[in-house]
Amino acid sequence: MTEHAIGNLDEFIDGEKELLSVGGIDIGVFRLDGEFHAWKNVCPHQGGPVCQGRIFKRVIDNLGPDKQQHGRAYDESQLHIVCPWHGAEFNIRTGIHAGIPELSLDPVEVFVRGEKVYVRVD
Amino acid sequence: MVDHRAGPVGKPTQQGVVKPTLQDIDTYTDTRDYLRHSREHAETHGYIDWTIVDMDAHHVESISWKEIVRFIDDPVLRDQAERFHSERVGSPPYGLVGDFGLRYQDVGGRIPHQSDQREKIDPAKGVHRDVVLTRRAMEGLACAYMVVFPTSMLFLGMHPQAQMEVALGNAYNRWVQQTLLSDDNGIIALAYLPFNTPDEACKVVEEFANNDRVVGFTVTSTRYKPVHSNEYMRLYRMIEESGKPICFHAGYHWQDPSLATIPTFLGMHSLGFVWCNMVHMTNWILQGIPERFPKMKSLWVESGLAWLPFLMQRLDDQFLMRQSEAPALKMPPSEYMRRNCWYSSQPMERSNIKATELTFEMINAETQLLWSSDWPHFDFDTPRVIYDLPFLNENQKRNILGRNAQQLFNLPDRPAAKA
Repeated sequence: MTEHAIGNLDEFIDGEKELLSVGGIDIGVFRLDGEFHAWKNVCPHQGGPVCQGRIFKRVIDNLGPDKQQHGRAYDESQLHIVCPWHGAEFNIRTGIHAGIPELSLDPVEVFVRGEKVYVRVD
Repeated sequence: MVDHRAGPVGKPTQQGVVKPTLQDIDTYTDTRDYLRHSREHAETHGYIDWTIVDMDAHHVESISWKEIVRFIDDPVLRDQAERFHSERVGSPPYGLVGDFGLRYQDVGGRIPHQSDQREKIDPAKGVHRDVVLTRRAMEGLACAYMVVFPTSMLFLGMHPQAQMEVALGNAYNRWVQQTLLSDDNGIIALAYLPFNTPDEACKVVEEFANNDRVVGFTVTSTRYKPVHSNEYMRLYRMIEESGKPICFHAGYHWQDPSLATIPTFLGMHSLGFVWCNMVHMTNWILQGIPERFPKMKSLWVESGLAWLPFLMQRLDDQFLMRQSEAPALKMPPSEYMRRNCWYSSQPMERSNIKATELTFEMINAETQLLWSSDWPHFDFDTPRVIYDLPFLNENQKRNILGRNAQQLFNLPDRPAAKA
């Protein structure tokens, strides 16, 4: 594993992502609530450029106490990165597909040291 | 990565780090960038050198509808269509049916290429937009040939005016001939058959039977005419004699009463794109069309593959008990489905790889299956869905990705496209 500095802490906006090539590997680096998450830019579905997709909030059923459905709602606490090839949605924090737990993104180690952000890749 | 768009070019910021070389994908992304991972997979694994044929891709003909209506034969209809497009505000394409407001395929903006393709195209080069986009898709998918189908016209079999299916279908065929097929660019097509008017469909076969770039004849499957009706026998004879396949291209129809119970595009699309071909195939086989026209090749497109094991078993099971209702058959229905029928692969279900393998075995995929992308639609498949299958050897992969289509459409070897 080789360590790479990928930028200063203040260059990463919370709730957004940075797309980088690090040591020949394309990755997406996400900052959520101050925490960093990094994933390889390859969708486990068909190999699509998942990190180049859009970020959406998780959609949930809006059910009443009687189990009747009243449309849909967003879960404001759950953000997904959505593969632009086919729409596969992955939780940005866990990398796990929104509906199929066996399907997940390939993680990249990311950490903060001082005022800089680093990743480790092969 | 070759950046085909205007924008910042990456600069090294740290050792081994380049930022920002990648860009978000949106409706302006060049198709070659969109599909870069697919091209790279083909190059890395060496199948870039194979002759790959995409049996089913699409263009959005409604964008060019103003051009297409100029090819309408009837001078009155043509005049009306041209005035419609020049003067009427906020209208969908003249004469087309289809639920233009119910196009939810992009899942609320999650799949940008399904929403639109607004990428930069140089008009000075004089090549039609749809040719440019198709060639870029061929490069991205490492294809030598791409069969291009329309999109909105998949609903045309539901048109309340049968004469409009004839007028618009014929106009489209001639427009395709003069635009998409105007150059030796690897783009090929199947002629649209105005199937609700059999005599007119016969004229289409006469017109295109000897056109090498028109490799078959398409019936859009979303329609309620029984495929075994006696009025089609002359058409089938002509198609059989042409040596080209008849293709049933699936579609959905949310107004179908049973599908109208389904509240989401996901559920409706899952069934709709299969149901129409299941009905037609059932009639096709049980009414003995393959026995009546044994040399006619039928090609079943865009229903995926998972419906086939079900229908094969179901028809075989019932046929055993009710042979007198299908007296033309000399073998079980499933045998016709694996000998006389060909299939496109997309959207290829593979959540259970054992089921996928069994399906391949049941339909004799080695000779009967043709890979298809369905690009630029939301559930497109890249060639790797075939290449990565663990139960296929290289010869089988080559057949499915290209050779079966080359044989069916009489296509010589050709290198992968470079737009």
